Amino acid sequence: MNLFIPNPKEAESIYILREVAAQFERPVLLFSGGKDSITLVRLAQKAFFPAKIPFPLLHVDTGHNFPETIEFRDWLVKELGLELIVRNVQDSIDQGKVREERGRYASRNTLQTTTLLDAIEEFKFDACIGGARRDEEKARAKERVFSVRDDFGQWDEKNQRPELFDMLNGKIHVGQNVRVFPISNWTELDVWEYIRTENIAIPSIYFAHKREVFFRDGLIWTANEHVFREAHEEVVERMVRFRTVGDMTCTAAVLSEATSLDDVVAEIRESTISERGARIDDKRSEAAMETRKKVGYF
Amino acid sequence: MDIQGRKLIKIATAGSVDDGKSTLIGRLLYDTHSLTTDKIEAIERSSKQRGYDYLDFSLATDGLVAEREQGITIDVAHIYFNTDKTNFIVADTPGHVEYTRNMVTGASTSQVAIILIDARKGVIEQTYRHFFISNLLRISHVVVAINKMDLVEYSEDVFLKIKADFDVLVGKSDFTEEQITFIPLSALKGENVTRKSEHMPWYVGNTLLDHLEVLEPEDLQESAAARFPVQLVIRPKTEAYHDFRGFSGKLYGNTLQVGDRVTVLPSGNESTIKSIHFFDQELESAAPGSSIVLTLADEVDCSRGDMIVKSGEAPSSEKSISATICQVNSKALKVGGKYILQHGINRVLAKVDQIEAKIHTDFSGTEEAEQLKLNDIGKVHFRLSKPIHFDSYHQSKSNGAFILIDEGTFDTVSVGFIE
Repeated sequence: MNLFIPNPKEAESIYILREVAAQFERPVLLFSGGKDSITLVRLAQKAFFPAKIPFPLLHVDTGHNFPETIEFRDWLVKELGLELIVRNVQDSIDQGKVREERGRYASRNTLQTTTLLDAIEEFKFDACIGGARRDEEKARAKERVFSVRDDFGQWDEKNQRPELFDMLNGKIHVGQNVRVFPISNWTELDVWEYIRTENIAIPSIYFAHKREVFFRDGLIWTANEHVFREAHEEVVERMVRFRTVGDMTCTAAVLSEATSLDDVVAEIRESTISERGARIDDKRSEAAMETRKKVGYF
Repeated sequence: MDIQGRKLIKIATAGSVDDGKSTLIGRLLYDTHSLTTDKIEAIERSSKQRGYDYLDFSLATDGLVAEREQGITIDVAHIYFNTDKTNFIVADTPGHVEYTRNMVTGASTSQVAIILIDARKGVIEQTYRHFFISNLLRISHVVVAINKMDLVEYSEDVFLKIKADFDVLVGKSDFTEEQITFIPLSALKGENVTRKSEHMPWYVGNTLLDHLEVLEPEDLQESAAARFPVQLVIRPKTEAYHDFRGFSGKLYGNTLQVGDRVTVLPSGNESTIKSIHFFDQELESAAPGSSIVLTLADEVDCSRGDMIVKSGEAPSSEKSISATICQVNSKALKVGGKYILQHGINRVLAKVDQIEAKIHTDFSGTEEAEQLKLNDIGKVHFRLSKPIHFDSYHQSKSNGAFILIDEGTFDTVSVGFIE
C-alpha cells in the first residue's frame, strides 16, 4: 500500500480554505498578483478539486502596479477559469474619498484600504482571504487565522478571539467581516519551496532582469513616471529582481542574478535581508504595520 | 515532513515577567541566523535608543506598540526559525497570572513546552501553573529551562535545588508519559542555548537547540483511531465529474485506505471507501493530518459536521458530557448558561448543567464554585441539543477538545477537554 504522507502546512491551509467556504456566505480571495496570493490560488484549487474554486478573486488596483503583474493576473484568471473583480484606487481618488500623497515618498499603498473597504461593502463580502504570513513582520506575528474586523475594517489586537487547536470560529454579526490568513504559518522560504515543488507560474519580475533603477536610502527604486525622483537621483540600469510584488512606489528591488526558481530559492536561503526590508512602506516607523492594520489595511 | 523535507516541531513557551523568555527566543533566532541583517540593525538601533549596552533580543519578538511601551508581551506571538534538519514554530505566550488563557491557546497546537525559571528565584507559583497547563494539555515534551545561571555563579547546587523542587511537582502530575528535561542556561550570554557553556562543566546534557532537534514531532497519542470529520461535500457538477460526490476533510488519529469498511455518524450507515483524492492524485491510503477527499461505494447520507470512522471503531456518542473547562473570556461561565459548542468543525447547542468544582492550578486541589471566571479552570457538566461523537481528550486531542461560543457576542469564551 502506498501511504500518502501530508505536508502539514499545506494540509492546514487547505483545511482553513474549506472552513471559509463552509462557514461564510460570500468569501473573496484578495489577489495582488504576488507570490503569496498566487500560492493561495493553488491551495484553493487543491481544497475544492475536482470542483471549481467557490469564490471570486478581488484585486485592488492602485494603478501603479507593475505591468507584468497585471498581465500575469489576467492570464491566470483565464487559464483557471476564475472570476475576477477589479476595483481601482483611482476611482476612490476621483470620488474624493482619498487624496493622493505628495512628495518624495508618495505612494498609493495606504490609499488601497479605502478602496478595499468600499468593495467589501459593495459586494457584502463576509470573509476576505489574504496571503499575509506571520513571519513577515512582528505585528503580523500576532494575527489570528480568522481575524474579525468591525464595520470600519478595524483590527482590535487586544480583543482577538483565541484560536485553540485547529478549531476556527467564524461566527460574526451583520456588518462584521473576517480576514482569513490560510498561510499564516508559512515562511518566505516555505512559499518559494512550494512554488518550486509545485512548479507554479509566477510573474516575470520575480526573476532577475535588466531594469532602470535609482538608489535612495540604501534601497533600489524603480525609475518610472509613478515614482517621485529628485533631479540628482541618477537612473542606472541594473540586473534586479523583486522579492515582494506590491505597488511600484513602495516595492524596492534587490540586485540579483537569479533567473530560475532554483536560483531564487538558493538566493532566499542565503539571504540576510528580510523580505519586508525591501518594503518602503514599513520603514516609516517601527510601528508602521500595526498602525495600518488597525485601520483596515491588509 | 515539512515543505522543505524538514521535521516540523511546534513549541510553546511559558515564563513569568522578567524570566527572560523573549531574550531566549531572540537568542535562538540570532544564533540560528534566523534574524536578518535589517532586523538585527533594528534591534541595535532600538537598544541604543534605550541606552542598553547589550543587544536587547526581546525586541525581536515583542510585536505590539503597547508591549514595547510597557516592556511586556501581552498576547500569543508566532515565531519561525529553522536549522538544516528542523523547522520550528514557537508560540510565545506570556506568563502573567491573568494570562493563563494565552498559554492554553499557544500550547494547544504545540508538542513541546519550554517552561522558564529564573535561577535566582527558583520554582515559584507561576511555575506550578505553567506545568499544570502543560499537563492539562497533555504536552508530550517539557523542557525546564533554568535561565540566568550567570547571575548565580553557574552553581550546580542552585540547579539541583530547582530540579528537586520541580520533581515534587512532577510527582503530583497524573500524566506520567511526558518527558521532562532540565537545562541550565543563560539566554543573555548565549550559554547552553545553541552553544555549550564553558562555565558549567558539571552539565553534561544537550544544549537547548540540540535537545529540540532530536525530538520526534509525533505526539504520544498517534495510535488513536481514525477520525474523519466532513468539512464540505464536493459536487463538481461538471461533465467530467458528473456523478462525483466527495467528502472533504482532514484526517486525524490514524490512516484510512481504499476498501476500508466505514460508518458515517450520526446516521450509522455503513459503506466502503471507494477512492481517496488529493487534488488530481488518487491515493491508496492517507496518513493522519492529510486534507483529502473521500468517496464512498454507496449513496449514503453524509454532510458537513458528520464524521466518518472505521466500522467497529466508533467513538462515544452522548448528549451529556463532562469536561475540564478553561475560561478564556472575561465573561464568566455560569450554571444554566447556554452556548454554541464547537467540537472540531461540528456545532451543537450546550447548556451548563453543573459546575462540579474549580481546580487550583497550583496542584493544591479543588473548591466549589458558582462560576468560572477568565483564566479559571474547572470541571463542568453539559447537556447538549444533539449528541456529539467524541473521544476523551486523553485518547485523542483532536476529537476530545471543544470550544464554547457566546450566543450573543460570538466570542470564543471557553475551551473544553472531554473526560
